[in-house]
Amino acid sequence: MIRFDNVSKRYPGGQEALKNLTLQIDRGELVFVTGHSGAGKSTLLRLIGLIETPTRGQLLVDNRSTRGIRKRGIPAYRRDLGMVFQDHKLLFDRTVFDNVALPLVISGLRHKEIGKRVRAALDQVDLLRKENQRPETLSSGEQQRVGIARAIVGRPKILIADEPTGNLDPELSLGIMQLFDRFREIGVTLLIATHDLALVEQFGHRHIVLNNGELEFDSVSMRDTRALFDH
Amino acid sequence: MGSYFTRHLQVCVASLGKIREAPLAALLTILVIAITLALPTGLHIMIKNALKVTGGWTDAIDFSLYLEDGVSEADARELAVLLESRADIASVTVVPADQALADFAALSGFGDALDELDDNPLPHTLVVRPLATLDGAASDILKQEMAGLPETDVVELDTEWVGRFQSMLKLVRRALWLTAALLALALLVVIGNTIRLDIQNRRDEIEIMQLIGASDGFIRRPFLYTGFWYGLGGGLVALALVGAGLLTLAGPVTELAGQYQSNWSLQGLDAREMGAVVATGLILGLGGSWFATARHMRRIMPK
Repeated sequence: MIRFDNVSKRYPGGQEALKNLTLQIDRGELVFVTGHSGAGKSTLLRLIGLIETPTRGQLLVDNRSTRGIRKRGIPAYRRDLGMVFQDHKLLFDRTVFDNVALPLVISGLRHKEIGKRVRAALDQVDLLRKENQRPETLSSGEQQRVGIARAIVGRPKILIADEPTGNLDPELSLGIMQLFDRFREIGVTLLIATHDLALVEQFGHRHIVLNNGELEFDSVSMRDTRALFDH
Repeated sequence: MGSYFTRHLQVCVASLGKIREAPLAALLTILVIAITLALPTGLHIMIKNALKVTGGWTDAIDFSLYLEDGVSEADARELAVLLESRADIASVTVVPADQALADFAALSGFGDALDELDDNPLPHTLVVRPLATLDGAASDILKQEMAGLPETDVVELDTEWVGRFQSMLKLVRRALWLTAALLALALLVVIGNTIRLDIQNRRDEIEIMQLIGASDGFIRRPFLYTGFWYGLGGGLVALALVGAGLLTLAGPVTELAGQYQSNWSLQGLDAREMGAVVATGLILGLGGSWFATARHMRRIMPK
């Protein structure tokens, strides 16, 4: 579903955020990305979101090279992608309902269909009762769930989340991760950058570690290696 | 297609709601647009009325024969009789110096000042009306012959100053177009700048929209509609300002016209002109916001 082929990213300042990264993520996988600050986690996700372009190498998303997507094609590409941000990126002058509805409004769906799908998404994050409130009246965990509802309302095949539990207490974090796990179960491919190693261990999904822009650890290849030795 | 229009309508109304959230700032912008539109419109009305009021005068083809200072009233009357006997003259009216002064005092309102004069500075005048059938060339010959008379100081065709005045008005009107073009440019800048500030204030919002896949057109739309509302509001308020100006002037104008024994009244804008004022506001509002969004949104990239 997502493939990095020798991808490098160098920022204008000269800092090399990703070095020769090769990584394959299959459909329906949930992958945790960890690593210290500046290891390249955010860059990895930003490349998938087309917020950045690779300096070298090739990135394939859904069997399509991102190099072939022109500037005009970026909005349509992003509409097929769910993105969750650490700072939620909600619009504070609109209700929860309107925030979640925005991707569908952009896609030009009919009013009735929008209402149905927004309520379904809000139901999944357990915020149906707060649809008419404004984001600032919600707790941080609730705001994050609004952000997640907005990311999934367009039924994306891929969902990327950059530190989605960065500001939340352990209990809320667990709730959010369980939510992501449910999306995995219905076939969504998820890539989640996080600091929370305890949480990662708890779920036992694929786990990759970046260090200085290089892939330091990948639980899948380790498993393969172990499987090799087990025989 | 139906949903496309519904969406436009939604953004259109939503942008109006945004304006209502900051009514003072919007009101100031609209007022600036309105005043800038009202100024050339007001000037246009003045010129239009001046052209109209003088337009009827070109038919008057009377000559004014101003006589030399030394010519007495009796001599003037004698000359009048002489001229009236000519085949190409229909009638001659004598306006004695005293009567001219009295008329002038009554019509000009300078009565008190004129009382201070020791003697009458005005000469006796003959108002010569040629035959209506007289063509331009014959009229010129008549004028030259009257100018050649020893008693004559100056002969003037009454329509000459009307012609000059109208040429001047046309010149002013041309200048008005130039001014209007410059003001339109200024309006584009004012509206563009307002929208630019709006874009800067909503930078975060624009970035979020870009991140969740909004096209440039989608992000642009509310700003364009804001410009549309500014333009529409400015155009309508401009009409109101012009209307108020006309109402203020209507009384004095009627009074002035009365003094010229005329029941002429000030003419305002017709429907077509009103439409033009509002359309100008709309075009400038949309144009200004179009330029601003084209220029400033390109620089916003999600972080």
